[in-house]
Amino acid sequence: MSILVFIEHKDCVLNKASLEAVAAAQSIAKDTGLKVTAVIPCSKDCSLAQEISQYNLDKVIVAKNDKLNIYTPDGYADAWEQIIKQTNAQYVVMAHTYQVRDFAPKVAARFGKEIVGDCIRYTNNGGKLTFTRRIFLGKLDADVTIEGGAPYFVTFQSGSFRGDNAEKGSAQTETVEVDVKELRMTPEEPFQEAKASVDLTKSGIIVAVGRGIKSQENIAVAQALADALGADLAASRPICDAEWLPIDRQIGSSGQTVAPKVYIALGISGAIQHTVGMKNAGTIVAVNKDAEAPIFDIADYGIVGDLFEVVPTLVEEIKKAKS
Amino acid sequence: MKIIVLMKQVANKDAILRIGKDEKWIDESDISHQTNESDGYALEEALRLKEAKGEGEVIVCTLGAASAKTVLKDALARGADRGIHIIVNEPNKLSPFQIAKTIADAIGEESADLIFTGLQSDDASYGQTGVILAELLGIPHATIVIDLDRSSLGESLRLKRELESGWYQWFTYKLPALLTIQSGISQIRYASLKGIMAAKKKEIRDVTPGVEDYASAQKIEKVYLPLKTKQTQMLGDGDAKKGALELVEKLKTEVRVL
Ligand SMILES: Cc1cc2nc3c(=O)[nH]c(=O)nc-3n(C[C@H](O)[C@H](O)[C@H](O)COP(=O)(O)OP(=O)(O)OC[C@H]3O[C@@H](n4cnc5c(N)ncnc54)[C@H](O)[C@@H]3O)c2cc1C
Ligand SMILES: Nc1ncnc2c1ncn2[C@@H]1O[C@H](COP(=O)(O)O)[C@@H](O)[C@H]1O
Repeated sequence: MSILVFIEHKDCVLNKASLEAVAAAQSIAKDTGLKVTAVIPCSKDCSLAQEISQYNLDKVIVAKNDKLNIYTPDGYADAWEQIIKQTNAQYVVMAHTYQVRDFAPKVAARFGKEIVGDCIRYTNNGGKLTFTRRIFLGKLDADVTIEGGAPYFVTFQSGSFRGDNAEKGSAQTETVEVDVKELRMTPEEPFQEAKASVDLTKSGIIVAVGRGIKSQENIAVAQALADALGADLAASRPICDAEWLPIDRQIGSSGQTVAPKVYIALGISGAIQHTVGMKNAGTIVAVNKDAEAPIFDIADYGIVGDLFEVVPTLVEEIKKAKS
Repeated sequence: MKIIVLMKQVANKDAILRIGKDEKWIDESDISHQTNESDGYALEEALRLKEAKGEGEVIVCTLGAASAKTVLKDALARGADRGIHIIVNEPNKLSPFQIAKTIADAIGEESADLIFTGLQSDDASYGQTGVILAELLGIPHATIVIDLDRSSLGESLRLKRELESGWYQWFTYKLPALLTIQSGISQIRYASLKGIMAAKKKEIRDVTPGVEDYASAQKIEKVYLPLKTKQTQMLGDGDAKKGALELVEKLKTEVRVL
């Protein structure tokens, strides 16, 4: 019986999030006495296997089939189903990436299971593991236990474990030929959209607006603050979805990742998909009328209040300070 | 062509959440509700696909308490053709597998060509109900769909998925298929007065399911406010103006950007 951990890659280049999953799996191994096996779906004798075998793992399995040269949910589900059965896996541990979101619930469903997804930590209560997930867009935490028999499927949110804490060691590698049935989808090559016309990664100060700004006209309120500070304007996803600001102003997991000296979040709640894009800013300021908004958990300075009262005063005082 | 859209009723984004007595969910008794955000985009995309094709039926389906009927009525006013209400009083007590199984039982016989869901619910945030449903129905799925090549619709459909950090990928899927739709795919229409009138005559079928017990469910033991990890200096004591003045002082003396 083992813990399987998924190694995600594109053309044999590692997705670093997988090392966080390795660290998580190693931790669960200590608590349960199980051993960890890393699994790499690939069409070749994956060159990544060597790199992964340098970690403290029992084994590295390359699940091999020609049809695994490019990711498809059908191909990955078939490969995983066989590896889980062959290894009699107790736990399947993965990083909560977009690719994992795509295929992991499908694999679980084949075993009549579901995923305990996007966990931020777990605790061990006398051998029974309790997992903690964020719910309500980060406003609440939920401790959950899993009922019924193995395999248990768990995914961890980015940053829950540190990849550079994954223990080194040496593991044997093994190639397992897997069957892949018909693929009901045909993938094309992944691509990047034309380069963003604004590069916010170089901004020193960013003023970012969220849904609290209420309307497109009100963007001017934030723009005035940005102008006073010599800052660039950015936004959360809903603002770009509504086309109040262009998409290249979007910060977060599907937008830009920035680390300015100062990041001022106006009316942004602080959902994880937003904060992954800005949490490394030097100083984070949050203005939000909800004292419980999760953005305050990562802010250095917080003002609980209506941004339409806060911002005009800020602009006025900054102008005074600057003149 | 038949498209089913799954839409969930969730707590309003701006609602103040109070933890329920049993500490296993929020107290939903007098909270305001709304339709889950990405589900609204799923409906919009279904309506646009039907319009592009020039024929077809868009069916909206929700699993929830009596109050969830609003979600369906609103969708019918926007242009959906009929609704299916799977009545379950405390849907938040069900695990995603149970929800998917119950929905599969209720809509399986419709044999839809396409099923659209949102990519994630804003309350439970399981991010998997659609994928499990697809597997139970034996059809392929794609998640985080951000564009459709509407003109490609036939035996198959070409769609664009969002990958991480600015990457995208087109896939062609054999139908039937289930797609989970990302918000922002198309601008959402409002219900017109005509739409609201027309909706009154549209059918909503109520289904009272027998929800099967499910041994492998994840069980919520306790919900609570997240533990604070960072020392945040709160400014202004709830007085917005005072907060602004204090912040400017901090920006001058501590952050030194002024
Ligand atoms: C796969 C996936 C990818 C995603 N990618 C991204 C991404 O790249 N970037 C991103 O941002 N999101 C992303 N999201 C969406 C994310 O989960 C949140 O839904 C989003 O970040 C919320 O935006 P918001 O904070 O502006 O809105 P809300 O969550 O609605 O928050 C609005 C806030 O404004 C406050 N407010 C309201 N009025 C006022 C006022 N007058 N004064 C002060 N405060 C006020 C409210 O208290 C609330 O906290 C993604 C989601 C998924 C599932
Ligand atoms: N109770 C429900 N009723 C209708 N649709 C639902 C329900 N629960 C989940 N869904 C659909 O599944 C999507 C993903 O939900 P979740 O797996 O909870 O993140 C949602 O965006 C909805 O489209």
